[in-house]
Amino acid sequence: MKGNEALAEATIRAGADAYFGYPITPQSEVIEYLMAEQPEKRTGMIVLQAESELAAINMVYGAASTGKKVMTSSSSPGMSLKLEGISYLAGAELPSVIVNVARGGPGLGTIQPSQADYFQAVKGGGHGDYKLYVLAPASVQEMSDFVEDAFEIAFKYKAPVLILSDGLIGQMMEKVKLRPQKARRTNEELIADEGTWACTGKTPDRERNIVTSLDLQSEKLEERVHRLYAKYAQMECEDLRYEMINCEDAEYIMVAYGSSARISLKAMELAREKGHKVGLLRPITLFPFPKKQLFDLADRVKGFLSVELSTGQMVEDVRLSVEHKVPVEHFGRTGGIIHTPEEILEALEQKIINNGTVRHHKTREQSI
Amino acid sequence: MELLDIIKPENKVFSKTEAMTDTCLSYCPGCGHGTAHNIAMEVIAEMGIIQDTIGVAPVGCSVLAYDFMNIDMTQAAHGRAPAVATAISRLWPEKYIFTYQGDGDLAAIGTAETIHACNRGENIVIIFVNNGIYGMTGGQMAPTTLKGMKSSTSPFGRQEELTGAPIKMTELVSNLPGVYYATRQAVHTHKHVRKAKKALKKAFENTRLHKGISFVEIVSNCNSGWKMTPTESNIWLEENMLAYYPLGDIKVNGKLK
Repeated sequence: MKGNEALAEATIRAGADAYFGYPITPQSEVIEYLMAEQPEKRTGMIVLQAESELAAINMVYGAASTGKKVMTSSSSPGMSLKLEGISYLAGAELPSVIVNVARGGPGLGTIQPSQADYFQAVKGGGHGDYKLYVLAPASVQEMSDFVEDAFEIAFKYKAPVLILSDGLIGQMMEKVKLRPQKARRTNEELIADEGTWACTGKTPDRERNIVTSLDLQSEKLEERVHRLYAKYAQMECEDLRYEMINCEDAEYIMVAYGSSARISLKAMELAREKGHKVGLLRPITLFPFPKKQLFDLADRVKGFLSVELSTGQMVEDVRLSVEHKVPVEHFGRTGGIIHTPEEILEALEQKIINNGTVRHHKTREQSI
Repeated sequence: MELLDIIKPENKVFSKTEAMTDTCLSYCPGCGHGTAHNIAMEVIAEMGIIQDTIGVAPVGCSVLAYDFMNIDMTQAAHGRAPAVATAISRLWPEKYIFTYQGDGDLAAIGTAETIHACNRGENIVIIFVNNGIYGMTGGQMAPTTLKGMKSSTSPFGRQEELTGAPIKMTELVSNLPGVYYATRQAVHTHKHVRKAKKALKKAFENTRLHKGISFVEIVSNCNSGWKMTPTESNIWLEENMLAYYPLGDIKVNGKLK
């Protein structure tokens, strides 16, 4: 299956109630698959093509306001349009899943894969004090598995969750083991689970439920933001996900997520063949970020290389985590170009392994 | 007879509807929003559908509608209420879903969402309060501001050659097949309030019958934004707003009048 199709099928199987989307390359297969599959007949799940990304994300807001399990997906330029709605979802504390099958930017950019939306994904993106829980799949299997995982996190924290994929993972075909069909919640079950806050119709036995992100009193808004940040702190404690490969004996560590992690795996093999002790740390969640793991590794390795399909975004978080104990460099192609394992190996050798005199205070331009 | 002897349940002739809360309205004295809220909520209470109704509040003066309406409500981003209501209606097809929006929200920033929800014929009620100005942000020009009308962003009066003509949304959407009922009402006199309430009743009855969009415009005043006393603003409304935005049904039972 294609990554986008696996994600779409997993959405039906996760027991989602609705999907609202708008076509954009390279993620249009998500809505195409759903429309062809007619999940209304399979599970009763609603699929609707909205008039814009703005409308789609606000349909998500409406569905989530009533406690329903709802998803939307898009690609980079469409994600920019959704950010207003995502900020509202975060502010109003609405469980929801958003998928970005990223492409190159800025502007209309290109339809080729990119990881240049990292900042947008993990540093807020929309206005105000909020974060998203961000999952970064590196295979078609994870495109499928992360849907249900994302819904679980969204409802655990009552917060929007982002799956940050890219055109490579979305478009490539791999074997995938699909999870079994989960039943959709009945309205009675939904009211039992979410009735304390969701708009399901005010019954005489309870006060009305209001979903809003508005607090005209500054003290109230500060309280709300602190409540959000307490959730983010809990995510860091309980729901951080990462993978370490060959890090036990490693002298050099590559840090890469999503499609870059797959290419870096091959680069690691090539490096090991040449006798370099190289490991890979793959953040599976981009927020929360494996800060402590990087900090600890920095005590026993000689350097880090952040490998990204961008001019260097995650590298900033790697540097913050490593706290200048050892050099942290970046390598990446951008504009929709995908780096080869050989290019990564070359960068490893030039920037980290053979460069004992790397200075921490190199400017950003020099390190690209 | 003492006053206290008269205040007895059997003598009571009017009560506030249970679908309104006891919260004091935040609207300016003389504003039509309070009346529009009240008749909408009276209709919902009289139809016995409080537990089946979900409202969508806009951005604008009526952003806090959920403080006053005693029903479940969600508050949409500016202009997006019809998209929010679309999803709720699709997922809860037996519920009564309405949006309550002003002219900036519905006719400027949210035009796309308004047109497309109407075109899809979503089974919702859209209550559109048109006072020809942005009230909450302090009296700026709206898409419905009349020609020559002064506002803080058209200080010399609205000029058609610069900003176009005032947009008649109800006429515009009535041309879409998804719109089953489109009407323009007002709430500045008792007579108009009674008619507007009847129109709202019809709108929610249409939802019961799954007929699609019922679009109820309420032409209202904004004495603060218009810089008039409440009485002056009602006279000005009669003479100017209603001349350009004539009252009455525009489309009934899916047929243009």
